[in-house]
Amino acid sequence: MAAEIRLSELAAGKAAVIRSFPKSGSGFLRLREMGLLPGTTVTLVRVAPLGDPIEIKLRGYLLTLRKSEAEHIGVEPAP
Amino acid sequence: MKSESTAPVFAIVGNPNCGKSTLFNALTGLKQKVGNYPGVTVEKKQGTAYSQHGLPLTVIDLPGAYSLAARSPDEAVTRDVLLGRRADTPTPDRIICLVDATNLERNLYLVHQVMDLGRPVILALNMMDLVEASGMTIRIGRLQTALGIPVIPCEAVNGKGLIELKLAMSRTDLPLPRHAWDVPGAIAAAVAELQASLALNDGKSPLSARAEALLLLTDQDSIRVAGSTPLSARTAEILATWKKRWEAEGMDWAGTLVNSRYEAIGRLAAEVVQPGAASGPTVSDRIDSVVTHPLWGWLVLGVVMTLIFVSIFTLAEYPMDWIGNGVSALAGWVKGALAPGDLRDLLTDGAIQGVGTIVTFLPQILILFFFIGLLENTGYMARAAFIMDRMMSRVGLNGRSFIPLLSSYACAIPGIMATRTIEDPKDRLTTILVAPLMSCSARLPVYLLMIAAMMPGNLVPLATKVGLMLFMYAIGTFGAFGFAWLFKRTLLKGAPPLMIMELPPYRLPGLKDVAMHMVQRAGLFLKRAGTVILGISIILWFLSTYPKSPATATQTQQVEHSFAGRAGHAIEPLIKPIGFDWRIGIGLISSFAAREVFVSSTAVVFSVENFDATNDHADIAPLRVALRHARWPDGRALFTPLVCLTLMIYYVFAMQCMSTIAVVRRETNSWRWPIFQTLYMTGAAWIFSFIIYQVGTAIGF
Repeated sequence: MAAEIRLSELAAGKAAVIRSFPKSGSGFLRLREMGLLPGTTVTLVRVAPLGDPIEIKLRGYLLTLRKSEAEHIGVEPAP
Repeated sequence: MKSESTAPVFAIVGNPNCGKSTLFNALTGLKQKVGNYPGVTVEKKQGTAYSQHGLPLTVIDLPGAYSLAARSPDEAVTRDVLLGRRADTPTPDRIICLVDATNLERNLYLVHQVMDLGRPVILALNMMDLVEASGMTIRIGRLQTALGIPVIPCEAVNGKGLIELKLAMSRTDLPLPRHAWDVPGAIAAAVAELQASLALNDGKSPLSARAEALLLLTDQDSIRVAGSTPLSARTAEILATWKKRWEAEGMDWAGTLVNSRYEAIGRLAAEVVQPGAASGPTVSDRIDSVVTHPLWGWLVLGVVMTLIFVSIFTLAEYPMDWIGNGVSALAGWVKGALAPGDLRDLLTDGAIQGVGTIVTFLPQILILFFFIGLLENTGYMARAAFIMDRMMSRVGLNGRSFIPLLSSYACAIPGIMATRTIEDPKDRLTTILVAPLMSCSARLPVYLLMIAAMMPGNLVPLATKVGLMLFMYAIGTFGAFGFAWLFKRTLLKGAPPLMIMELPPYRLPGLKDVAMHMVQRAGLFLKRAGTVILGISIILWFLSTYPKSPATATQTQQVEHSFAGRAGHAIEPLIKPIGFDWRIGIGLISSFAAREVFVSSTAVVFSVENFDATNDHADIAPLRVALRHARWPDGRALFTPLVCLTLMIYYVFAMQCMSTIAVVRRETNSWRWPIFQTLYMTGAAWIFSFIIYQVGTAIGF
């Protein structure tokens, strides 16, 4: 089992599975409602030209979120 | 009227970007009413469609939402209408859930919540052409059986599936969705207790009580909007007790609920969706790799925005001239048709002239609305927000504020109306407050006049003039960002804004939808701002007309003698420290209507004969000469280069636009914010002018 890293640390183009997710906090419920749940596979598509936010692909669509949120989300990179 | 009230009410519900407006337009044609939900600035769209048997059906196009646990005023309205919490809107009898079939799982989340409402639901799968193109297949029959409701594949853009949808809408025996979903055990007891209390104490019907109970558990900050009723004390108490208990146990109740919905959706999707063979990057992916590229991205943004501005300024010129001429002709006609007198002057010089000033800007406003609609419709808007977010976050805003602010370079009105896409109310308000600082096109005539007065004709290279102009734009931009930073740190302090935003696939714009959107927004602006603009125009006319001078007086003498003239004198002590005399004061007061009025009123005050104020291309040379000869009583020149510069700075910051005030009043739903905005902008204008003028004088300019 690969080590858990932060979603914000994932390299562009790499896929990972969400492992841990903050229970509460502004915006995290919405991220869950957008389908970002433990067990969901996400791909980091790109980082914005100025370094933030990041763009991820999950469940067949594209979503942006800031690194400040992404660093609270733990992921396990796919081998 | 009777058929209207007994017609079944359908609501169209769906995620943003799923094609709701297109479907709504296709269903209702031009038979639609666009307005606002009272108390909030959320667009209300209601229309009439006809059943297979020609019976009228009322259709409400609800604002796009990802979830009924609202995070924005838009979503709060959708939630409240569906739950029958709004007195101003009929509770929908039947619900059409429109989903983007290419992205079924996430779209079904909202559908899953809606199916809890206990009302008949029709599921319309939009964008089936894209599903096919991607090689994906959706087993419609299985989906229909699993959910127990009609499922209709369609392509709203070209009307495919519309007949089938209308057929389903015409059915009188629409089934209720099958509840193939059990509330997770850990929270079932709480849901049951809340449901009972909601039915007993809040007067909810048993089925909607269940939906309400489920919603209470995820509605964290529960955005309450005007027009919705609060919870009863008993229900609120039960909710608080459960939350306390779960917190103590470390239970993640909201997460449990969302997870269990997605699990149910996941099982369903696995059964009905057959993914296509993974092909290479899609067209959208390829466009994105250019549009969000660290180098090309900026280039594309620059080119897109330049194109928009060039077309606003070139395309708008002709209709603006026509409207200007039309207004003059109308005023002339009224002058000829009515007997001379105050009433005639009130109509021509007050109402027609005043409203005409604003209407002249309508072509610009329309074109800007068109482009904003186009950017939204194609999906580019979200990309611009994505690449600009980092920069906007420096001042505490997010990328969504970028387009509204940029649009304000042409005109603050469409910019301010475009802030509706900003979810966070505080971010939105901040954007509204600073948008008029971006130098709009109405400031151009003032800048041009001052630059002309400052730098005599051919002695100064063109580059200096252009440089000075750009400098004004830069100051306005820095001002806007500076004040945004200030407001986000003080007055409108809040949690750091999030940037949770979907990047929808690129689509070819539906020109019909964009055009309709443009006309509707412009109509809203005229309707809403009209009365305020008319009122202020008449007041300004009154101030410059009364008390009357003898008939022999020249126009200049009349103005001096009027209330406006006296007000100019009265404010002279206030504006003398920034180098302005009472005559400039009159210009400031009269250009409160709109900034470019400064040019024509200055022409009157400095007695320039035959100055055609209605013509944008009027030769300003005689006015320039008059200004150069204007003197203080002690013989000093009035329009020194320093005063010209100060006046330009003043116009960068001062709130001199009644249309903006009217629109801000409508968009914020109170007079508080437009008044605050006027005070802070004009206050800042005075302070900066004071610094420039005093420092300039001290160092010998």
